[in-house]
Amino acid sequence: MSIVDRSATELLKSLATSELTSVELTQACLDRIERHDATIGAFLRVDGARALDQAAAIDRKRRAGEKLGPLAGLPVAVKDVLCDRDTITSCASRMLAEFRSPYDSTVVGKLKQADAVLIGRTNMDEFAMGGSTENSAFQPTRNPWDATRTPGGSSGGSAAAVAARMAPLSIGTDTGGSIRQPAGLCGIVGMKPTYGRVSRFGLVAFASSLDQVGPFGTTTEDAALLLETIAGHDPRDSTSINQPTPRYTESINKPLAGLKLGVVPEHFGAGLDPEVASSVRAAIEIYKSLGAEVKEVPLPHGKYGVAAYYVIAPSEASSNLARYDGVHYGFRADQSGTLAELAAERQELIAAGKTAAADNVDSPLVRMYRSTREAGFGPEVKRRIMLGAYALSAGYYDAYYLKALKVRRLIRRDFDEAFKEVDLIVGPVTAGPAFKLGEMVDDPLAMYLVDLYTVSANLAGIPAISLPCGITKAGLPIGLQLQAPPLEEERLLRGARMFEAATDWHKMSPRITRIDANGKG
Amino acid sequence: MALTRADVEKVALLARLRLTETELETMTDQLTQIVGYVDQLGEVDTEGVEPMAHAVEVVNVFAADKVEPSLPREAALANAPRHNGRGYLVPAVLGE
Repeated sequence: MSIVDRSATELLKSLATSELTSVELTQACLDRIERHDATIGAFLRVDGARALDQAAAIDRKRRAGEKLGPLAGLPVAVKDVLCDRDTITSCASRMLAEFRSPYDSTVVGKLKQADAVLIGRTNMDEFAMGGSTENSAFQPTRNPWDATRTPGGSSGGSAAAVAARMAPLSIGTDTGGSIRQPAGLCGIVGMKPTYGRVSRFGLVAFASSLDQVGPFGTTTEDAALLLETIAGHDPRDSTSINQPTPRYTESINKPLAGLKLGVVPEHFGAGLDPEVASSVRAAIEIYKSLGAEVKEVPLPHGKYGVAAYYVIAPSEASSNLARYDGVHYGFRADQSGTLAELAAERQELIAAGKTAAADNVDSPLVRMYRSTREAGFGPEVKRRIMLGAYALSAGYYDAYYLKALKVRRLIRRDFDEAFKEVDLIVGPVTAGPAFKLGEMVDDPLAMYLVDLYTVSANLAGIPAISLPCGITKAGLPIGLQLQAPPLEEERLLRGARMFEAATDWHKMSPRITRIDANGKG
Repeated sequence: MALTRADVEKVALLARLRLTETELETMTDQLTQIVGYVDQLGEVDTEGVEPMAHAVEVVNVFAADKVEPSLPREAALANAPRHNGRGYLVPAVLGE
């Protein structure tokens, strides 16, 4: 087995005994990137020289017997949405193509403190809006299992990087499923912690009440390792939860005695791919064989999750993205619409008899904002800003935004009721395996419905994990989702580990085939 | 509910976006479709339900009232498209 096929936990042991150096490991990851990333497109930027310098410095510290952090020498790839003062943070947007943050996000700071090697910045849907990584302004990312398909999104680059064994660990963000869905479609482990468990300081905001940072790895142990490194209270994020972080890696191998597992009948309705359904049902059987009691629990408002989400998330986005005004940082469109030009525009409209339109010609400042945002944002970001601005506008606020917030509470109450009966809820992550690139680009609503099984956890703020539970006949991974009550990440990881320890799905890795210029495998 | 072109134009101004003719047309169709889907929220009985704005309902998180270092002006201006070393520059707003 080559170095890159080992889990982060195994690699950490080899590094600790100096059987392996961080420079060797980092070089192996860089070689893997060099060989496959032209096909996959997981990374937006890789600075190999800097990564090797970091690795060498950690190796030196180790030889000198200095105290090392918990991820010492392990390469970690970071989604290009978390500020890192040493590089660009683009959010895969033209708006921030050159943006250099003056400070580190708390998560990146913790990774540096932990002596991780920050190997590169991963591709994503622009501002984390999307479920296929096709909304990146710079490049698509391809699924390592089948390069004609998407890796999912929005953290598609981070998921593909780990699935393609270009990095043992990566960081993603999950606002409506953006860690769990790509983890499922790429056959790896991805986890969304409880809202507030991981600091959002320095995370470029999409929907502030839903955004959460979380880990990707090839095993649940690796996810536990990365989560315990990045989690914790942060005074710089007022929504961060002031609770100690359990040592997830210490408890993960203890199976849950007397586990009560909830199954939601609505999750197995029409639209669920039969192969996905049978893999998930097989997984439930495995839990039964491990002694779990399986019980049906209803989540009656779950079917309104996508509707509530696509009011709340765009509303928050339209407000958060108002900051991209071409003034403070980021892109500004060329100084079109100076006073003289706008006066000329007005004259032309008057000459054409369009007096009403002439009265509505923008002021120079408004025109600068509008031209900047027109050129700086891609179509999906514009669509969500528009949707949010509409839902928040006078006359619609009560019917859409306020209504969605009430439905959100009902969704949370459903979970609270269900968790009185069961310890964890088990089900699918997505209705089907990875879809083709371009398959849904012209149908935003179909793309939104992909989030059916994942958005409720964000609305309710609960932790959830996706782990591999099968492979389709066509060779595509299938994910299993487990959801837990707030702050029960430990239970979630232990429950996930029980399944993982009883199966081999997490040991499967893709054979990456190069694609030709037409995108054919 | 169907959105009109005028609705979409109005929202585009509120959102400080400019849309081309084609974008305006596509956006009108797509928003109508999405809003049509979202309209199903109307069928949920939410009588007496408090809106839930946040997943963790923490209130009054206060910081100690003491001065902390803030971002130096130079760093705050470093990413600005136009600045003069003291402030951000915007297009002229007032005429002669």
